[in-house]
Amino acid sequence: MHSALQALGVHAQHIDLVWRTMLWICGLMYLLVIAFLIDAIRRRRDSQSVAPRVELQSDSPQVRRMSIVLGGWIGLMTLGLFALALTSFLTDRALVHAAAEPQVSLKITAHQWWWQIEYTDPDPSRHVRTANEIHLPVGAQVHAELASDDVIHSFWVPNLHGKRDLIPGRPAEFRLQPLQPGRYRGQCAEFCGLQHAHMALEIVVESQQDYAAWYEQQLATPPAVSEARAARGQQVFFTSACNLCHAIAGTDAAANYGPDLSHVASRRMLAAGTLPNDSEHLRRWLENPQRVKPGNRMPVVSLGPDDLDALVAYLGTLR
Amino acid sequence: MSARNPSLDGEWLDEAATHERLRRTWRDAPGLWGALTTLDHKRIGLRYIVTAFGFFALAGIAAFVMRLQLAHAENELVGPDLYNQLFTMHGSTMMFLFAVPIMQAAGIYLVPLMVGTRSLAFPRLLSFSYWIYLSGGLLLWVAFFLNIGPDAGWFAYVPLSGPQYAPGKRVDIWAQMITYTELSSIAVAVSTIATILKQRAPGMALNRVPLFVWAILVMSFMVLFAMPSVMITSTFLLMDRLVGTHFYNPAEGGDALLWQHLFWFFGHPEVYIIFIPALGMVSSIVATFARRPVFAYPLMVLSLLATGLFAFGLWVHHMFATGLPRLGNSFYTAASMVISIPTGIQIFGWIATLWLGRPRFTTPLLFVGGFIVVFVIGGLTGVMLASVPLDLQLHDTYFVVAHFHYVLIGGAVFPLLGAVYYWFPKLTGRLLDERLGKVNFWLLFIGFNVTFLPMHYLGLAGMPRRVYTYSAGLGWDGLNLLETGGAVLIALSMLLLAINIVRSLRSGAAAGANPWDADTLEWATPSPPPSFNFAHIPLVTGSHPLWESERLRVMRGLQLDKRELVLTSVLDAQPDLREPLVPPTIWPLLAALAVGGMFLASIFTPWAVIVGAVPIAITLTAWFWPKGKAEEEAEQ
Repeated sequence: MHSALQALGVHAQHIDLVWRTMLWICGLMYLLVIAFLIDAIRRRRDSQSVAPRVELQSDSPQVRRMSIVLGGWIGLMTLGLFALALTSFLTDRALVHAAAEPQVSLKITAHQWWWQIEYTDPDPSRHVRTANEIHLPVGAQVHAELASDDVIHSFWVPNLHGKRDLIPGRPAEFRLQPLQPGRYRGQCAEFCGLQHAHMALEIVVESQQDYAAWYEQQLATPPAVSEARAARGQQVFFTSACNLCHAIAGTDAAANYGPDLSHVASRRMLAAGTLPNDSEHLRRWLENPQRVKPGNRMPVVSLGPDDLDALVAYLGTLR
Repeated sequence: MSARNPSLDGEWLDEAATHERLRRTWRDAPGLWGALTTLDHKRIGLRYIVTAFGFFALAGIAAFVMRLQLAHAENELVGPDLYNQLFTMHGSTMMFLFAVPIMQAAGIYLVPLMVGTRSLAFPRLLSFSYWIYLSGGLLLWVAFFLNIGPDAGWFAYVPLSGPQYAPGKRVDIWAQMITYTELSSIAVAVSTIATILKQRAPGMALNRVPLFVWAILVMSFMVLFAMPSVMITSTFLLMDRLVGTHFYNPAEGGDALLWQHLFWFFGHPEVYIIFIPALGMVSSIVATFARRPVFAYPLMVLSLLATGLFAFGLWVHHMFATGLPRLGNSFYTAASMVISIPTGIQIFGWIATLWLGRPRFTTPLLFVGGFIVVFVIGGLTGVMLASVPLDLQLHDTYFVVAHFHYVLIGGAVFPLLGAVYYWFPKLTGRLLDERLGKVNFWLLFIGFNVTFLPMHYLGLAGMPRRVYTYSAGLGWDGLNLLETGGAVLIALSMLLLAINIVRSLRSGAAAGANPWDADTLEWATPSPPPSFNFAHIPLVTGSHPLWESERLRVMRGLQLDKRELVLTSVLDAQPDLREPLVPPTIWPLLAALAVGGMFLASIFTPWAVIVGAVPIAITLTAWFWPKGKAEEEAEQ
């Protein structure tokens, strides 16, 4: 789900109220202008062919009446704008006070062109790191610390809230409170280079139990590989430079340049919302990431078909 | 007009001989040399207009290719690298090389005619400005065709455009193009302001100045205050990239937000710099075709002034999502909303003028109607974007793309095309075809709305701007395809305009001096106007000189054998001085080459600034060399 028109977060609902107010008042103003224009055109249509120049004197009764109408129009505009400004100001206050008490704390770091997500539990052993997919319990008040690792990005999940820029050197705090279970798509909203178009993320809002289960799963170390092909895949992972950028819990891979892959198979999408995460698409991605997402930071690593299949099998075990 | 005129040596000349003398005094050298040295505001203005429309066509083609790319999901017509260059070129060209120059060009051509003088003030500066503008534009587009076109967007946010994330010369070229065009823009503004304040025909007190001229005056002052900001912005960027300063580098104590403040302090007034002259065009067209003066003239002037002033107080509404202090944001919300009041007053004023008058629905007036219908939507979505909370949803989406195209195409291009149909006869002596003109209008009107109206919805549905493609399954395909269809209609309408212009130049109906029976002074001289504009400087006794009396009164006393202007007082336009005008010269062109060469070289080495100062000094010295004997005599 990806639309500002279906407001399913506390903040988005506040903003939606401003939108509706604006639409009504501005719509009414527009109709008034157009009605006046149509009236002006229809009024004189019959006399257009002869059309002598109108008197230059400006104090005819018609002109005086028009001046009064103009006064009314200025009053109406002022009144309308005042109502809109007030709505906007009060909503802005409401946004500040919404979701004040942090129940889930996150750190979201934007990279060209993916999102790193960290759950910052006070207990370091319950710290979870993942990418491009955020799970939240329904109704929870969420505080997220936003940061950018490179250029300016903008965090935007339209169903839940407006956007917030992530500016290097300026950490920001951002709050969410989702009201209904569902999958909400988000996308970077500030132009950030070649793959700005493919920098999406997903927020999965689920019941408290589902969330807790998911959290425990993310905390767990993935089981040691047993199947032969997956074992070969793991070997490929460590001999083909994958481990130079990616981390997998329970192994020696601990690099933090690319997304953490400890539980990559549990995520629904690949490459920041670019491809669905199944073995066919994963294979396509690994074969040539530059073909799928030109310019992204993952280099092409030439692998034979067997190695590729093995790697796909290995990554598939990381649930 | 009087039939006989005294010449310098006391003989009396008839009208034909007077014209002949003036023609000899004001003509340019023949051929190429004349073209390079001319100081005639009409030749230079026309040059500006043709060049700006050339850039308009290029930027339009770039937009059309983008629309083709977006026609369906995951299209692979152009890749991300080319797409990013395309939208950067489209935005930069439309803003810097088309919109501002074309509005200034309208002023260059029309202001001296409308205020009744024979030349724009400081014509050498004007000539210099054109060459600088042309070099800036060529630099950008030559770079694009060499595949080193800039790709960081028309507002080139750091750090994406900084040394670390934009290697190569692409952004440097963009930054220097800004410096070129804004230098030229400031030069034109200075000339225009001086002309309007000091060269109005005797009797044209400030309360008689045509609304178009007021609009150009306000716009020129805005240029003076806004453009330096962006020149500093781009120069800081160049220094960060070239000599290792850290203006925008947070790691070294700089700030990425500094860029945004400096840029939008220019960038928001920029929109009004484009829009205000268009309002002037609308006022001219409405008065002429409603056949009565514009309703509430003083309020219309005050609205222009208020718009120009407020425009400098709302740049932060481009930055609501950056998380600036909330109380400050509320101020910018209020300012952004307040600015819609003067515009609302003007919209009312034009409709009231039509209501009170007897409108003739010619093509120019049709474009004004289109302007009101389209632009008011853009204005109202602007009010929506002024609200901090709502802007957080709409910012950087296709809703914003829709908004500013409604404002810029609705608010500037529609009036501009109306102005083309309106003033074309004055510039060329021939009328454009009315029937083709009406088809042109309806094609554009329908095509425009089909292209841009759905974008409002797409933005709300979550489509961010500046994406080279989008995933299938987001439900954005259908409307995007429809929009591409609309773009085809827009392209056809522009083609039709070009056909109309070419046909009319060949075989259009002769226009005569005043084909529309308009009221302002530019219609008092033949079409196209002679090099000296007016054989006699008009004497203005009212706000609508050509409507108020059958015969225009004129003043005498300027020499026929010397280039002379009348200077008048600022408020009441009382005759003040006879001012000799400088003769044509090649030095502005050479100075422009020296300055342009320095800018170009400074992309590669900072030493260019030091070495390049020498030729600049030489050319400027020659340009400003003390007046010769002949000119001093003329002054006595």
